[in-house]
Amino acid sequence: MAKRIEVKDLDIYYDKFLAVQGVSMTIQPRSVTALIGPSGCGKSTFLRTLNRMHELVPNARVEGSVVMDDDDLYGPNVDPVNVRRQIGMVFQRANPFPTMSIYDNVAAGLKLNNKRLKKSDMDDLVERSLKSANLWEEVKDRLHKPGSGLSGGQQQRLCIARAIAVQPEVLLMDEPCSALDPISTQAIEDLMLELKTNYTIVIVTHNMQQAARVSDTTGFFNLQGVGKPGELVEIDETTKIFSTPAQKATEDYISGRFG
Amino acid sequence: MASSTEAPPRRNRTPRRPGDRIFAGVSTGSGVLILVALAGVAVFLVTEAWPALTAPAEDIPGGEGLVVYIWPLLFGTLISAVLALVIAVPLAVAIALFITYYAPRSIAKALGYIIDLLAAVPSIIFGLWGMNVLAPVTVDPASWLSEHVGWIPFFAGPASSTGRTMLVAIIVLAVMVLPIITAVVREAFTQTPQLHQEAALAIGATRWEMIRMAALPFGRSSIIGASMLGLGRALGETMAVAMVLSASAGVTFDLISSENPPTIAANIALQFPEATGVGMNTLIASGLVLFAITLAVNMIARAVINRRKDFDGAN
Repeated sequence: MAKRIEVKDLDIYYDKFLAVQGVSMTIQPRSVTALIGPSGCGKSTFLRTLNRMHELVPNARVEGSVVMDDDDLYGPNVDPVNVRRQIGMVFQRANPFPTMSIYDNVAAGLKLNNKRLKKSDMDDLVERSLKSANLWEEVKDRLHKPGSGLSGGQQQRLCIARAIAVQPEVLLMDEPCSALDPISTQAIEDLMLELKTNYTIVIVTHNMQQAARVSDTTGFFNLQGVGKPGELVEIDETTKIFSTPAQKATEDYISGRFG
Repeated sequence: MASSTEAPPRRNRTPRRPGDRIFAGVSTGSGVLILVALAGVAVFLVTEAWPALTAPAEDIPGGEGLVVYIWPLLFGTLISAVLALVIAVPLAVAIALFITYYAPRSIAKALGYIIDLLAAVPSIIFGLWGMNVLAPVTVDPASWLSEHVGWIPFFAGPASSTGRTMLVAIIVLAVMVLPIITAVVREAFTQTPQLHQEAALAIGATRWEMIRMAALPFGRSSIIGASMLGLGRALGETMAVAMVLSASAGVTFDLISSENPPTIAANIALQFPEATGVGMNTLIASGLVLFAITLAVNMIARAVINRRKDFDGAN
């Protein structure tokens, strides 16, 4: 588990509109990489290209390459479904399936396709996933109640449990705490630090303290100008970005001197 | 009147503006009106059916009592409506899924219009089509069915030589209820939250798996609701069935023979012009039964939808 992702000269288009230009970065395994930057600069768009979720928008496409270990994720015979099985995703708003129980939510990914598991194996995996997501103690007595009955923070951890149940290589998190209170946020941040021993984690966040707290590497995205595409301004060790960034734009942004 | 400073403490009342009052009155009145209409229909049916309910058995047409008279009608009504639904619902769901998730945008749009157009075709046209086009076409396949799969009770045969059978009535009914079911179900599918679709895709669901995990559960209550709407229409459909079905009075599961139980609505339409006295009361009593069934169908549908409310997509 946990693989390295190499992104090279990635341009992201919506039809003819160039949204993000020229992103190159290496995402290290067993670490947390945070992506920060102002709204609309393309961080989330970029994140969604990593598991090919952006393709759900009609006419969206990329140029450049994204390689996970030795597999080109945009190779000619690569099925996006397989990419997404290896690269899990957690969204801004917790989205457990409302029609499923807590148990079924976690098991949802396991039941897909060829996976035919014995009941006991399934139980084990669900339990292990919920434990990894620090949710087991809170839900073990109501596994067959609907997931929508949980609090926002619990729902988000349920989504993390669902994502890691299929044992992905990489976990993408798109502002996972932006709708949560500080205590739930703390719980998720603690969880990320635990998960990074097994997974490669990439998180988009608007909260710079959060980036500073949880990440090993931080990338700063910005628009090249009004009406121009977004770009990766710089990426470096988190401590360096937050103390002595190489670019003036980064320094302006993290010190709050930026619109 | 005392001015407000001297008045004893009283409940805080929001001022009622004339516009609010008029609108509240109009909407309350409309709500009451629907209840009055329903009650009116029920009262009419019961009072008019009463003589038949109390009449001695030999006065009822057929001479064997009300139950014996209505039972084949009831059977014909239920079997035609239910089997029409069995054909129409899966087809409607499939069409709705195709339009929502698979068809290219232009085709989806055109298909949507065509479905809506189908809903606007008057039932008499469907009756003509069923009688003159569909019925003759089914004669040969029906005799093939009775020869080769006659062990299935539905196709026991012997096949009717005119083709004006229960099978054709069922197909016509299915075509008639298809558009309304499709329209309601499609509407539900288009409202499947993006959030849940992405949740499914992000754990590596294929499109079909995404539909099974997100769209179908979300649309479930709409599918049931739409089916009940369709069932309501199929139960009450009069003209098309009256035209297509050459009815005798047998109770049989055989769909392709010339022995066909009539339906309540079609029977009323066919018999009413010549009915007098208790005969007319008997027809109205059969109408009362239809009314009760439709009511029951709707209540059962409600109950089914409510049973899994906790898990519903709405919360």
